[in-house]
Amino acid sequence: MSESEFGVMLFYSTNWAIRAERVAKKAGFEVKLIPTPRHLSSDCGTALRFRWPDRDALATLLEEHKVVLEKVAQL
Amino acid sequence: MIYFDNASTSFPKPPQVVEAMHHYLTQVGASPGRSGHRLSVEAGRIVYETREALAQLFGIEDPLRIVFGHNATEALNLSLNGLLRPGDHVITSSMEHNSVMRPLRSLERRGVRLTVIPCSAQGFLNPAEVEKAISPDTRLIVLNHASNVTGILLPVPEVGRIARKHGLLFLVDAAQTAGSCPIDVQADCIDLLAFTGHKSLLGPTGTGGLYIGPRVAVDELDPLMRGGTGSRSEFEQQPDFPPDKYESGTSNAVGLAGLGAGVRFVLESGVDQIRGHEMRLTQQLLEGLAPIKGVTVYGPKGSSLQTATVSFNIAGLEPSEVGLRMDEEYGVMCRPGLHCAPSAHKTIGTFPRGTVRFALGFFSTTDEVDQAIVAVKQMASEGEK
Repeated sequence: MSESEFGVMLFYSTNWAIRAERVAKKAGFEVKLIPTPRHLSSDCGTALRFRWPDRDALATLLEEHKVVLEKVAQL
Repeated sequence: MIYFDNASTSFPKPPQVVEAMHHYLTQVGASPGRSGHRLSVEAGRIVYETREALAQLFGIEDPLRIVFGHNATEALNLSLNGLLRPGDHVITSSMEHNSVMRPLRSLERRGVRLTVIPCSAQGFLNPAEVEKAISPDTRLIVLNHASNVTGILLPVPEVGRIARKHGLLFLVDAAQTAGSCPIDVQADCIDLLAFTGHKSLLGPTGTGGLYIGPRVAVDELDPLMRGGTGSRSEFEQQPDFPPDKYESGTSNAVGLAGLGAGVRFVLESGVDQIRGHEMRLTQQLLEGLAPIKGVTVYGPKGSSLQTATVSFNIAGLEPSEVGLRMDEEYGVMCRPGLHCAPSAHKTIGTFPRGTVRFALGFFSTTDEVDQAIVAVKQMASEGEK
């Protein structure tokens, strides 16, 4: 799989990133928490890497669980 | 050794608590929420799981509305100092601990109006008296779930419904009950729940927190401290969302790892089972103390009306003397004195002398209660001479 098949979701706080990871994993999504890529944010936090084709389904799931997204970007 | 000081700090702790803290210190170690590497993320997960366990225990919908601090005192200070402004009116009971009374007396000097509702000599609070004290400037009602002096349970659901009916916020000090008595923030109409980790939640000292319900506007609740949160680092202003707004500085992650294990132990044991065990022992203690000549027991004197905390005095002996001899001659660890609650002692008529307090816990046994009763009996018979 090439890098462009991944995307990242950014959150306002690591607490939200951890909640997003738990919710996504429970629903069977392939996700991983990684350091926020510098070119996307100067924040010192954590981002959720996911498979880019999952972006709509994952965003819907997170919205259902009241996780607030700061940004979604393709890697 | 018989440890009857569980209302101060529970002891012993379940082995899972020690294991969780050992695991954190040897396998995880990092700052939670401060970096994206696997150890920091794992630390963040452990802290999040502690929030989840607490949310399950108290019927809380959103674990991120639980903010961590050192103890119930910090949570109460955050609530009272963060919420009340000059001109606001606040209502409380006369059975409160100094963790409520001192912040309120300080706020009173800064223009907050305070009403303290007197309780009966047994410590009972009449909810109708609370309702009568409500006026147009009332903002908050703050109530002890149970007294740390006599163990009496205060009418939290009844007062909660009154607060809701009048559109007021309701803050509950659950230091003495979280983990040993059922608490449901929704059924009990609790807007702010202050808890500590080191008593019946069976965690280590230095852990506690505050649940901030949806009726509390986060922009109206100021933090006690501001600083680094690992979030929104590009801004020099404090984040405006929970829990980050109220959790500046590196948290007590090792303590919270232990607290999580303690709360999961409580959930697995079942709060009803814990309560049942403690009620049986409390009844045994009350029935054992009642017939002893020279012994006065304070409070409601019924295990269904109180926690596993029982206050008493022995005629002719000072509480401090009883406490010392309990330790040195009988191996019973208890707490004599005023228990940081002068108002409660004034209410039950034991100020400034204080009382001797036996505070049982989930790990206390029938044999220990029997031995402690014998110790009181022997001391009381000497006091007669």
